[in-house]
Parts: sequence; C-alpha cells; structure tokens
Amino acid sequence: MNPTQTMAPAQTEVEQKYKVIGTRPIRHDGVDKVTGRAVYGADVQLPGMLHGKVLRSPHAHANIKSINTAKAEALYGVKAVMTAADFPDSGSRTANLGELGEVPLKPMCDNVMASDKAVYHGHAVAAVAATSPHIAEEALGLIEVEYEVLPPVMDVLKAMDEDSPLVHEDLYTDELGEKSAKPSNVASHTRHVKGDLSQGFAAADHVLEREYRCATVHQGYIEPHAATAMWNPDGYLTMWVTTQGAFTVRTSVHQILDIPVSKLKVIPTEIGGGFGGKIPVYGEPVAAVLSRKARRPVKVVMDRTEVFQATGPTSGSYVKLKMGVTNQGRITAAETMLAYEAGGYPGSIVALGGICMFAPYNIDNTTIDMYDVVVNKPKTAAYRAPGAPNSEFAVECMLDEFCERLGLDPMEIRLLNGAKEGDIQSHGIPHPRIGCIETTEAARDCEHYQTPLEGPNRGRGVASGYWVNAGLTSSVTARLNGDGTVTLQEGSTDIGGTRTSIAMQLAEVLGIPVEDVVPSVVDTDSVGYTEVTGGSRVTFATGWAAYNAGQAIKSQLIEQAADLWKVDKDQVSLADGVITTTNGDSRSMTIKELAADLSQKGIDVGSRETVTPQNHGGAYATHVVDVEVDPDTGKVTILRYTAVQDAGRAIHPSYVEGQMQGGVVQGIGWALNEEYFYNEDGLLMNSSFLDYRMPTSLDLPMIETIIVEVPNPGHPYGVRGVGEVPIVPPQAAISNAIARAVGVRLGDLPMSPQTVVKALSAKS
Amino acid sequence: MQAFDYVAPKSLSEAVSLLEQKGERARVLSGGTDLIVQVRENRRDVDLIVDGKKIAELMELSFDSQSGLTLGACVPCVRFYEDARVSQLYPGLNDAALLIGGTQIQNRASFGGNLCNSSPAADSIPALIAHSAVCLIAGSGGTHTVAVEDFCTGPGRNVLGPKELLVSFHVPPPPKNFGAHYLRFIPRNEMDIAVVGCGASLEMESDLRTVKKARVSLGAVAPTPLLVAEAAAELEGRELDDGAIEKAAAAARAAARPITDMRGTEEYRVHLAGVLTRRALETSLERAKEE
Repeated sequence: MNPTQTMAPAQTEVEQKYKVIGTRPIRHDGVDKVTGRAVYGADVQLPGMLHGKVLRSPHAHANIKSINTAKAEALYGVKAVMTAADFPDSGSRTANLGELGEVPLKPMCDNVMASDKAVYHGHAVAAVAATSPHIAEEALGLIEVEYEVLPPVMDVLKAMDEDSPLVHEDLYTDELGEKSAKPSNVASHTRHVKGDLSQGFAAADHVLEREYRCATVHQGYIEPHAATAMWNPDGYLTMWVTTQGAFTVRTSVHQILDIPVSKLKVIPTEIGGGFGGKIPVYGEPVAAVLSRKARRPVKVVMDRTEVFQATGPTSGSYVKLKMGVTNQGRITAAETMLAYEAGGYPGSIVALGGICMFAPYNIDNTTIDMYDVVVNKPKTAAYRAPGAPNSEFAVECMLDEFCERLGLDPMEIRLLNGAKEGDIQSHGIPHPRIGCIETTEAARDCEHYQTPLEGPNRGRGVASGYWVNAGLTSSVTARLNGDGTVTLQEGSTDIGGTRTSIAMQLAEVLGIPVEDVVPSVVDTDSVGYTEVTGGSRVTFATGWAAYNAGQAIKSQLIEQAADLWKVDKDQVSLADGVITTTNGDSRSMTIKELAADLSQKGIDVGSRETVTPQNHGGAYATHVVDVEVDPDTGKVTILRYTAVQDAGRAIHPSYVEGQMQGGVVQGIGWALNEEYFYNEDGLLMNSSFLDYRMPTSLDLPMIETIIVEVPNPGHPYGVRGVGEVPIVPPQAAISNAIARAVGVRLGDLPMSPQTVVKALSAKS
Repeated sequence: MQAFDYVAPKSLSEAVSLLEQKGERARVLSGGTDLIVQVRENRRDVDLIVDGKKIAELMELSFDSQSGLTLGACVPCVRFYEDARVSQLYPGLNDAALLIGGTQIQNRASFGGNLCNSSPAADSIPALIAHSAVCLIAGSGGTHTVAVEDFCTGPGRNVLGPKELLVSFHVPPPPKNFGAHYLRFIPRNEMDIAVVGCGASLEMESDLRTVKKARVSLGAVAPTPLLVAEAAAELEGRELDDGAIEKAAAAARAAARPITDMRGTEEYRVHLAGVLTRRALETSLERAKEE
C-alpha cells in the first residue's frame, strides 16, 4: 500500500506549469544533518567559554525573602553568579508591541528570572557560570534562598474562584475592556458575539451542553534550549541561540537588558524542533548577564527536566459548549466559554482558540467568552496551532455525538455546515477562498473512509480542524554568482525543510534547478528583519520574498542581456534558465553564460526583499482514524490513520506530508497519554520523557496523507501554511473513534488507559 | 555530579574488602543503567564505585539439570535471552529480560542490578519470584541465601548490608508440565515503567488441567514486589478453569496496596493486578501445555 497519495486537482496542469514546484528534491542541509556536522545550540564552543547553570525554585508558589550567593561565589572555578537584581530594573519599563500598545516588562523579565516571587516549580531564581558544568552545579547548591511558601493555584476553574489564592496580588481583570475592582487570577475576559443565540437555539431540534478539558501538554522538541553569549568589554553582545526567531531573541534581550539592538547580534544555530516553544527567551539573557560579569563567553544549556519545568507548555483548558442542531444536522447556534491557563504570567492563547473554534462551519448565531487565567504553572508558550486544539476538540466531539443521535454520517454533517468563501466567521471577519469543502470531500471519498471497519472493540472516528496561519514580515537577500548559481540568505530559521521550500520558489522564477540555489540562514546583522518561524508562515511569506528576489534578478538579467545585445528589454525574455530575444533574431544565452560575463565586468546582480503579506489564508484538515480499545486495560491502539489537508499549493510535497504526519503524532500523544502531572504541592512529578509519555514509533501506524490543493489567491504560487492544522483534529477524531468502539464519550484529555477503564466501569 | 573513584576488582574477596573499607560510601556497579543516572542526577552520592563485571562469580551463567540455573548478578539481559537453553527453560525470566529497556539497555542491564536497585516496579523481580529464585549474598562473614521475595524491604531498600554484595541467583530446574510468564502493563508499547507487573508460574499435574503448584507475584502495587501466596492457594489442587483464575485474580487484587502517582491511580492499579494475573496464568498454562 502506498502510504501517501497526492490528490491535487489539475495535477497534470500543475506539472506542466511548474518545473520545480511540486517536486521532491533532496534538502540543502540534508548531508550536514545526517552526518552530524550540523551545529545545534549545545554544540557551540568558544575559547575560554564558561558553563552556566540555573538554580530553580523547589516550590510552585513562594515569595523570595532573600538570596545569598556568597558561598557560591567563593567556590573555586566559579566566575560569576547572578540573580534578577542583575537585570536593569524592570519595575516601570514597558515594551512597545505595536498594535497591542505598551506592555509592562516586569512579567517578561520575571519569567526569565524571578525577582520577588517564584510562581511555578522550576522557576529560575539565580544562575552561576563556572569553568565546568559540574562546578556550576555544585555552586547552585551553595546559593541560599529564603522562601515564604504560599498555597499553589493549579487548576483554571479553581483559579477563577473568588476566594482563590492570588498568583499576583497586583493583577486585575480586563473585564470586557473595564478594569475589575478587585485583584484576580483572571487576566482578561473577552467576547465575540455573532447573531442572536436565543433565536438560534429556538430554531434547534436538539441541544447538547457539555464540558471538555485539556491537560497541560508540552511541545516536546528533541533539542533542549541552549544559548551562548559573548559580551565584549566594548559593549557589543553576540549570541548563538537555538530559536525560531533570531530577531525576536534580539528584541527580547534588548528589552530585558535595556541595550540597543545595534549592539546585539544573534546568530541562529540549527534548531532541533520548536513547535512554538522556542519563541520566548529563557537562558539567553541569563547567559548574557553572566558573560558580562565574568568577561568570558558563557553557554547555558537546559536539561530535559528544566525544559519541562520552565519552558513551553501550552494551556491546560476548560471549555463549556452548548450547541443546537436541526433534525437535518444544520447547526443553528453555539455558545461557549473558554478558560485557558496562561501559566505564571498573563497571556494564554485563548484568543486564537476563540477565533478558530467554529471556523470550519458556517453558524449564524455564536457567542464566545474567553478567559485568560494565571495559575502556578510555567508561562505558556505557543504550541503548533496554539489554542485551536483545546477549543475545536469540543466542537468536533459534540458534532459526532449529534451524528450518532441523529443517525447522520460525520462527513455529511461537516459538508452540510462547511464554511465557504464569504461566510462571516464568529469574530466578524469573512472567510477568504478556503478549502474546507474540498478537504472534507476528499476525506469522505478516500479509500480508508470507504473501507468498512470490522471487529470487536473497534471504532472509526472523524474530526476536522482549522488553523488561521500567519503572514508577518520576512526578508531575503539573493545574489547571482559568477557561475550562475544564486546565493540566498534568509532570516527564517529552518525547522521543517524551509531552506529548500524557499529556494524552490526562487528557482521556479528563474527556471534553474533548485540545486543551483544555495540557501543559508544568517544572523541578524546579515539580512533584513524577519519574524519568527511560526504560524506556518515561512514557506508562504519567506517564500514570497524569495519569489520577489527571483523576479528582481530576472528583470536585472533581462536588462543586462538587452544591454549586451543592444535591443530593447521588452524584446528579451527569460525561461528555463535561458535568456532569449523575442524579436526573431534568435539570440540566446544561458544564465550561467551571462553570469560569467557580468562577474568579469564587476556587475552585481541581486536583490534584497522584505515582504509583509496579509492574505495568508486559513488551513483545513479532516482526519479519519480507526482504533481498537482493550476493554480490560483501557489501552487504545491506533490501527489506521489518514490525514487530509488543504495545502494551497504543495511546494515540496514530502515536507507537507511530513508536517501532516508530525502534527498527527503530536495530536495522538495529546489525545492519549501526555499530561503534566502535579502533586498536591504543585510540584511537577513527570518532567522526563520516561513519564511524560509522548508516542514512540512503536505506538503509531504509518500516518497516511492526502494533500488537497485549493490555491490561496493571496500568494503567487497559491501556498497556504501547512505546519500547524494537522495537530487540531486528532484529539477529537480519537475520542469519537473510542465512542464508536466501546460506547463511552470522553471529553477530558488525555484519554489515558485508566480514564477509559473508569468510563467503561461507570457505564456498566 | 561529584567526582568518585572507580575500581574493578577481579575477585569476590577483593570486592568484599573494598566494601568493608568504604561501607555506605561505596556502591556496586553492574550494568549501570540505574546507578550512573542516579549519580549524574545527584540522586546518589558515592565515593567509590565497585564494578562487579570482572568477577567470575558475578558473570556466571550456567544450567545443571540437578541444581538448576546459576545466574551471576552482573550477567546482562542479552546473555540470558540469547542463550537458547536457559531462555526456553525459564520463560518468565526470558519475558522480563526482553522487556527491560530497549536493546541497548539490555546489553548492559542485569537481573542483579535490577534487584539491588529495588524499585517496586522492577520488571525482573516478579519474574524471579515466580521462578522461585534465591539470592546468594557475600559479605565479610561468608555467604548466605535469601529468597528473592524476601530481598526488598521498601522502595530502593533491601536486606543487603553496607558491606555485602549480591553474587548470583539460583533458580531450581523447572519441573515437568511447567509454564511461567511475566507481563506488565504500560500505556505505550515501549520506553515505560510498569504501571503493574505480574509474574506467574504453574506446575500442572499430568492431566494438564489440575494445578500442582502455583506462584503469582506482583510488581508496582506495594512498596516491594509481592509474592501473592493467597492467589496460589486458590489454584493448587484445583482445576484451572475460569472460576479458579478469577479467584486467583481476586486474591491478587486483594493483595495489591498501591499508591496513586503519575503512572497510575490506586484504583486502576488494583484493577490491573486482577487483569494481569488472569493473563499471566493463562499464558503460563499455554506454555505448560506446549512443553
């Protein structure tokens, strides 16, 4: 069986249209990565480099009364010790976040290192730089911290109670734009209203109301955070960082340390996964301060426990959902309350949970109430389609319950309600051209869905998902070499093979092989401003910058050839790497020939491009999964899985399939076993890959993929972001499959074996 | 991690004298799959590591039809399961050897190390108990023996004195009509610690229906691995039908007194103790019949 198939409408037409796009070349960084030569964050070595280690709070919630570092400083081999007192005072400083206005810097600084209060187990409180990691570790044990331990607040609903202990005494609720009278753990309450709920529910024949919960889960990237800083006595700071955004690190470190961006260069290393978790800074400002104090380079590398305790995760959440449908399955109204944990500081991703929640469906009457709530857990970070899985899980589970009650096919109810271009979303924005219907139809028609599932304790589940994607700013610099190849410098760190998917778009414009484009990810001094690798935006936006660079080089080559041939440039064209005259005199030369000539003459051909495209288009996915449940142990086995997704245009189909499979795998982990397990004192008990149970290769079938291509009119090649949406459907698809296998509906994640057994025994 | 000394003695007497000198500051190293991690993560503080892998008695793997199996404390799992004879004669031990970690871990990890680490969830201990294994322990006063089920005294604790070391296991030769099995439940299919583990062995009468002798053992349901004599009592002298198996499973559930932690709730572990006891007995019976 071929595990992957591409169902591209008009594929033959595409093949004729494009020479490079849609092919599957070997990635430019492939050899470096398979031979182990690629330099990742922890591989950085500098002369005289010290090793930094971070002391972390053993309590979930505690006031820091005092920190005494004298004994640690006296230990032989220790070159610097720091606390939050070494950061510039953040008390009154703010950061300008553009449209979001001025925000206080203190929470961001305090998350990097606690000043007055530790708000989660593992919160950084001090750090040491020493000549070896072992000495640094020993020195941490000599730092004396006096804590006043406070009761922890670990659950989003309990945190919302009037009488809950407060994570921050000075946090007031932004209650629909008004500041609350009393401090609270609720940082904000926002609302989207569309239509009229009471009319909508009145039109319904069936109404369900349910609660859904997601445990806190981590991105689980294989490479821990690592940062190396070299602060020169002349005030220039250079940093080597494994990050999703070198410019974002530059901005964050500039804000926290109050130094000019012009004195700060960030060199991104290779990155071993991020999924949104490598956007915030953690050890970067710490390494910088230690370097300044020690006057030597300092490297700070986290271990896995630190990664779990103090970085990432995504929000644990509570969702209450009420939906009404007609007997035919038409959704008439939906009312929801989303409460997302922000972690120790405000700023969960609940807003995106609200925007995405009902996006696959056209529903006339919706109300969405969103709460951002602080708890004594690590500050949440983005995680692949951040916010969307938590809320869409509820909708997709409830739709399946309606299907079962009304005897409707899960695909048909999704097609009946499916969103189309022009439909107004729940937050008031109309959908652009989207591939919701096409994706669902491809899932309905696929061989997997059309093949009946047989056997006891087996069930098939279906769920869809939407992710909004992002545009944002991207830059590239491209230069033609004397041999006709093109050097392409880009600001987007390469997580999913984007060096190649970006280069392919430039190669397509010039009609040259992608191997003749030499892409590299460069530092913040060497390319224009580029936003993070996130929002599934790199192939879309940075690819667009490369497309523009290709167009610029193309017109420069045409001008140069016209000059050489002494014809008007309108009479010259470039295709398939060859420049020809169109006036009938049949002159032609290859790009390589012209490049050699121009190089000899000292004429530079190249371009630097910056784009901020807006029409990124949303991404849709529909998944089908077959499971088998062991009724004695509650263990769920994934028998077969098919992911169908609209890619707009699959530039490099293998990477699209890889993203789809990777998202599904993370979704399966989220569905079945992953969760932060805290004890009653708020201490994280499973901060290792042994007890934080991500799926292994032995827990998964081959994930089958079907790419649907509904070109995004907002991109020259029709690209849509593909990286995030595949994590959205799996949780509900699996819950629905379990329901159909053994007759219990599970609304709390993870659906671990013990929760399945508990539900089965409650049923019988 | 702190600096420590490492010695690889060539004889048992040399090892015992090193332990006598350093007492609780010394620790015997077998495969190191637990010890090295503990030292590196500052969970164990040692001055001296005494490597047992150069001592002949600790590396012995031999079988004699009269006296049974001698399994040195430092013999890695791989040597056990790649030995066609012993792996077939002691199927429960073989199950455990194949379950501990992945292939790379099995190349280092040993039954002896697993027992001395004394985790309540250790995979090899219920299997050793099911096979009636006995420990040979050496110290300055000579050697003595302890049944495996009496070895552990709590999580990470056991009967070994600070100046003693485990030399080997002695396992009786399997009788006629014998079958054994060890299995565990983990939420994934690899890379997990047992939520519950269960070992069982059955010696059947020649009719292959009546139980002559039975042993049932459980892991991860108490501070130490348990021998569940009450389960065996429900089986011995009776026909092994569904009713008898359910009684043994009920006895296992009754014997389980687990805690709730990140690997499972108390309630779920009690439930699994019954499920796994049933499955362990069923497979043991199949194996007894295949013999």
